Amino acid sequence: MIDALAIVSIFCGLFFFLSGSIGLLRLPDLFSRLHALAKADNVGLALITLGIILIEPDPVNDIKLVATWLLVMASSAISSHLIARHALRESRDND
Amino acid sequence: MMAVDSTFSLLGIALLIALNLLLLSLIIGLLRAWLGPGVEDRFSAILLLGTGGVAILFILALLLQVTALYDVALVLALLAVVGTVALTRSEQSDD
Amino acid sequence: MTEILWLVFDLTLLILLLALAWLTCATRDVMRAVTLFIAFGLLLAIVWARLNAPDLALAEAVIGAGISGALLLSSIKDYPSKQPDRKQSRVMEGMINVMTLALTGIMSWAAWHALEISDGVRLSEQVYAQVPASGVSNPVTAVLLNFRAYDTLLELAVVLVAVLTILTLNEKRPRAPEIPAALLQSMTRWMVPVLVIMAGYILWVGAHAPGGAFQAGAMLAAAMILQQLANTSMQRNINLLLVRILLVMGIFTFVLVGLWMMSLNDDFLAYEPAWSGSLILIIEAAATLSIATALTLAYMGGRPAGWENANKTRSSTAEDGEAL
Repeated sequence: MIDALAIVSIFCGLFFFLSGSIGLLRLPDLFSRLHALAKADNVGLALITLGIILIEPDPVNDIKLVATWLLVMASSAISSHLIARHALRESRDND
Repeated sequence: MMAVDSTFSLLGIALLIALNLLLLSLIIGLLRAWLGPGVEDRFSAILLLGTGGVAILFILALLLQVTALYDVALVLALLAVVGTVALTRSEQSDD
Repeated sequence: MTEILWLVFDLTLLILLLALAWLTCATRDVMRAVTLFIAFGLLLAIVWARLNAPDLALAEAVIGAGISGALLLSSIKDYPSKQPDRKQSRVMEGMINVMTLALTGIMSWAAWHALEISDGVRLSEQVYAQVPASGVSNPVTAVLLNFRAYDTLLELAVVLVAVLTILTLNEKRPRAPEIPAALLQSMTRWMVPVLVIMAGYILWVGAHAPGGAFQAGAMLAAAMILQQLANTSMQRNINLLLVRILLVMGIFTFVLVGLWMMSLNDDFLAYEPAWSGSLILIIEAAATLSIATALTLAYMGGRPAGWENANKTRSSTAEDGEAL
């Protein structure tokens, strides 16, 4: 059944999300934390989006969902790059 | 055909559990906002809130049957970057 | 079972909101306070979404998370990270405590009173009955731009006065010419158009779905702020006269429409019923531009170079290559 597949997908996405958050909390360094954030959370969001599309396929909303997901991916990548670059500069200036 | 999220359906329960777990991952991320030794660490919690918020808005849109929340999620995805750029580009000294 | 899960969700959100609010005020570290405040804004957007208020969620996401975040972050950049302990007089502390308690008491009483009304026609029912006659189908837009249009006009005036105050107080500080990351420049090139298109979409869709002038104006301002922050090498001479015109265009259009309707219908802002939808759209479009200009100027924090001569000449770019 499609709904069961969707629920499985959403819970897999949740698993990635939670592990990303725990990584944010427990990893030792800013840069490793950014890794957890940018990668794990986005995979989680992708799986959740897939689940939602499977539950309620509606052409307009599906395009919005996929567009939002792509934007979140792009903005996560850009944001983590900018933050890492900023942190690197600050540490270089302070040394 | 809209999915029927009646009060006792398994799908509704699964989505609600997903919602609560997402909120849990947000709380874990907010701990980083409280602890994080530097401003970049704190700000990465905002990124987590952005991605997690999008996921929560998706599931809320499904559960409450409010399609406008997809627009809100799109806007949230766009604005996470603006915040990051504001952080990294405004921490400069004036010459 | 679902009730319990909803209850858990709602209670957690509530406790989280209160905790964030408390911690934002209680912490001494300015950066931490700002970050927690932005997080609070994002969480509040989620709460509005949960309460089935997408217009508010949209506004909170754009203004609370985007614009306020950018404003706060750029205004504390010169602060030392830890604020020194400030001794506060006992009288002041006592007064603050009393006023906070009084305010909490009043608002709790108002909320309880609002929930306890069992009979009597509620205002929302009257509004819903009149919405089809208002020219739009989104009840929020109908209230903002038709039933209570006068309030919205005054709100625009408040925004204008705030921006004028900022403009008279300060000159815009020139930015240090740091070369932005290549990624930032290339991202801005597509992000700003996407933001502008999104703002136009929200303005247009506000007639029949959540959206409207304030949200669209704030998104447009976010696009302009992004453009400014990225400091692209594109140098343009912004016509400051145009900026001035945009700033007042919202109120001007609003008042003009009001007077025109007064000449037709004997009442300020009494829309001709057949034209309501179009009039609302025109007013909203002008208001969007005004709000965007006002918020961007507020973010910039002062007069751009050459403001005083705006009526005579075009602005010149500052020597450090900074462009508006």
